Amino acid sequence: MSKTVDQYFDEVQQTRVWRSIFRSGTGSSTLKRALAIQQNVFLHLFSTKVRTRVLSFSATWYLGTLTLGTFMVLVATGIPLMLYYHPSVPQAYADTKDLQFVVSSGLFLRNLHRWAAHAMVFLVFAHMFKVFYRGAYRTPREFNWVIGIILLLITLLLSYTGYLLPWDQLAYWAITVGSNIASAVPLIGDKIHFLLLGGNAVNANALLRFYVLHCMILPLTAMFFVAIHFWRIRKDGGLYSHNSEPATVRYKNGQATNGKEAN
Amino acid sequence: MAEERKGPLGDEVSRRQFFTKLGLGSLSIAAVGTAAFSYQYLEPNVLYEPSPVVNAGNPDRYPLDSVTLDVNNGIYIIHSQEGYFSLSAVCTHLGCLTAWKQELGIIACPCHGSKFYVQAEDGHKPGDKIEGPAPKPLPWKRIWLNEDGDLLVDRSTDVPALARDSFVRV
Repeated sequence: MSKTVDQYFDEVQQTRVWRSIFRSGTGSSTLKRALAIQQNVFLHLFSTKVRTRVLSFSATWYLGTLTLGTFMVLVATGIPLMLYYHPSVPQAYADTKDLQFVVSSGLFLRNLHRWAAHAMVFLVFAHMFKVFYRGAYRTPREFNWVIGIILLLITLLLSYTGYLLPWDQLAYWAITVGSNIASAVPLIGDKIHFLLLGGNAVNANALLRFYVLHCMILPLTAMFFVAIHFWRIRKDGGLYSHNSEPATVRYKNGQATNGKEAN
Repeated sequence: MAEERKGPLGDEVSRRQFFTKLGLGSLSIAAVGTAAFSYQYLEPNVLYEPSPVVNAGNPDRYPLDSVTLDVNNGIYIIHSQEGYFSLSAVCTHLGCLTAWKQELGIIACPCHGSKFYVQAEDGHKPGDKIEGPAPKPLPWKRIWLNEDGDLLVDRSTDVPALARDSFVRV
């Protein structure tokens, strides 16, 4: 007479609406579970099937995943912060103060954004050290290491552009010093400095340019490269494979054979 | 391929190859144009920045042998025995605002520790570096009197150190 929650859930999954959204169908057969991953736009980047050993903590210390986690925290806290922040000289500092002292939960969001940013820079470096010392950049993952370097630079640029936005003394002088370092580039240094700031000094144009870079251009670029990063991990055999261990990197006639024989 | 035909001049370019080249050439020109216009767009034509010429007020404000920092404009007005002259207060290392250290008689940068002379001594000119990472001396700025008797400084124009025209004598 009385149905269990599972039975209700099964009934919902049989409905036409549910089936129109999730095409892979119900059931826990290997095929259905594989289809659930493969037919999902967000999950299809990942392997349809993963061994538990690969997901063990010791394999990666979860550093790459944690980096993605901090990035998502930064997006989730950054967008609400944008609702109260005007990137203009008379208002930027006052808005930052308002977020800190007036807006409900503003202090929480701002601090979370700040600490997540620090954590992300730390985790990116930790992730790269891990990949370096474990030799995970070896064939066939060399190019994913290059994409990782690009993501490191984007992370540092995000950190740098966000630094100016509070528009306080610390921000102003940090960006003055940082942008003058760009001037040291031979021949085109002064041009880069001018284009970066949109003028000769840190001023209204610089604030707006850094805001657009921080909130639009750099995060979108980061997402683009993160997608490639993950796609290539999946194509190269998942998060962790014994193929990338030095002992089993075998060369036959000058060709690396890993990624072909195991997994 | 049937497309491979000789043109009237006997060359080897077929109609298809010609149009491919024409299309790729047009796209290349358009791409170069887009790059040029994008670059121009990113470079502002009009800047709403403060004027480089600063009114430093009446010379009487600056007693003899005094060094006065104008924080907002980033210049020093120095009244020496030779007359009034102006030094940039922006460190030549990475652009920090330097400070006048009266007790030491030097200019010092708080960011990375560059120090500069203010007085001419032992072959050093005012603005020369004493120590620190600054690659160049603090530049001298053009200074003159306007009709009202006020000192004007042009921050965009460097003048030679200790030159006769680099001083204002009242």
